[in-house]
Amino acid sequence: MASLKDLRNRIASVKATQKITKAMQMVAAAKLRRAEMAAAAARPYAERMERVLANLASSMKDAPGAPRLLAGTGEDKRHLLVVMTADRGLAGGFNSSIARLAREHARKLIAEGKEIRILCVGRKGADILRRQFPGKLDDIISLREVKSINFGTASGISERVLEEFREGKFDVATMFYSKFKSVVSQTPTAQQIVPAEIPADQTGDLLEGAVYEYEPSEEEILEDLLPKNVAIQVFKGLLENAASEQGARMSAMDNATRNAGDMIKKLSLVYNRTRQAQITKELIEIISGAEAL
Amino acid sequence: MDSFPFELVSPEKLLISEDVEHVVVPGSEGEFGVLAHHAPLMSTLKPGVVKVYKTDGSEPKRLFVRGGFADVNPKGLTILADEAIPMEEFDAARLDAAIKAAEEHLSEAKGEALKRKAELDLNQLRELRAAAF
Repeated sequence: MASLKDLRNRIASVKATQKITKAMQMVAAAKLRRAEMAAAAARPYAERMERVLANLASSMKDAPGAPRLLAGTGEDKRHLLVVMTADRGLAGGFNSSIARLAREHARKLIAEGKEIRILCVGRKGADILRRQFPGKLDDIISLREVKSINFGTASGISERVLEEFREGKFDVATMFYSKFKSVVSQTPTAQQIVPAEIPADQTGDLLEGAVYEYEPSEEEILEDLLPKNVAIQVFKGLLENAASEQGARMSAMDNATRNAGDMIKKLSLVYNRTRQAQITKELIEIISGAEAL
Repeated sequence: MDSFPFELVSPEKLLISEDVEHVVVPGSEGEFGVLAHHAPLMSTLKPGVVKVYKTDGSEPKRLFVRGGFADVNPKGLTILADEAIPMEEFDAARLDAAIKAAEEHLSEAKGEALKRKAELDLNQLRELRAAAF
C-alpha cells in the first residue's frame, strides 16, 4: 500500500496537471472565438464566388477548350491529397480523425490502382501518414510560424498546388479538413478542389433572359477566376480547420480538467482513510501497551 | 433616382453591403459606372479606386481595390476584390508595399501569360502611385 507521502505527492502532481489543462482550455476558448469570427467573415466571399462561378461555368463546362481547371485533364489516374491538420497535438481526436479520413480515401484509391501523393499542411497529419504511406508524402507545410491565417497564407498553398497541376503532376486534387459545426462537433470533410466542383447553377432564372456581357472575354475571366477559386477553397479549409482545432482542444481539455478533478477526489479519499487507519493503529498500540503494564 | 443593392467583399471580410445609387468600378478594360438597371456584366478589375455614391452627387466613399471581379446582375452589383482597403486607411506606404509585392510576383512569375499579367498589374499600380500621391 502506498505510503502517505506517496499519496501526497500524487495529489500534488495531479493538481499541477489540472492547472495546465485548465489554462489550455481557457486559451483555446479565447482563440476559438477569434477563429470562429475569421471563418464567419470569410464566408460571404466564398458564397459570392460560388455563385459567380456557377453562373459562368454552366455555360462553359462542356464547351471544347474549357480551362483544364474546370474540365479536368481528362484522366483520373494520379491523385494529390492535401491533408490539413494542426501543428500541435492535445486536441482530442482532431488530428487523427482527419488523418483517418485521408487514409481511407488513399487506401481506396490505391486499391483501384491509382497513384497517390500526399501534401500535408500541418505537422501532425504528416506524423501519422508518413508511417502508413512511406514514400508517398510529398512535402509538409507547417503553419507554426503563421500567427493568424490570412488570404496570403492560403494563396501560397494553392499556388503550389496549381503549379504542380500546370506541370501536369496530378489529375485530381482533394482537400481534407475538418468542418466546424460547434465546440463539441467537428466533421472531417473531403473536398475536391481540382478540377473545380461546381455547385448546381442557382442563377438560372435570375437573368430573366438577359445575356451577360463579359469584359474581357468569358474565357479570360474564367481563366482568372478558377485559380482564385482554388485559393478561396483552401482559405476556407484553413479557417474551418483552425476553428475546429480550437474547439476540439477546448472540449478535450475540459474533459481532462474534469478527469483530474475526479482523480484528486479519489486520491484524497484514499489519503484520508490511510491517515485515519494509521492513527487508529497507533492508538491501539498505545492502549494495548498501557494494558500490558 | 433608383438605388440598387451593392456588395463589396474581400476574402477576409464583407466591407460594404448597402443600397446605393451609383458606383464607379475600375474595370480592366476601363472604368465604368454602374447605376440601377444596368445590363448584366461581368468584368475583371485592375488595381484602382472604387467610388461609391450613396446618393448621386453626394461625397463618394472611396476604396482601394487590388484585382478581382465585378458582377452586375438584376439583383445588384457584387465586387469580389482580392484586397480592399478604405481610402482613409490607405496611404503611400501601403501602395509602395503593394508595388513591391507586385515586383516580386513578376520576378517569380513563370510562363508568358502569367508574366504579362504580372507586368500589367505592376504598371497599373505604378500609374496609380503617380496619380494619387
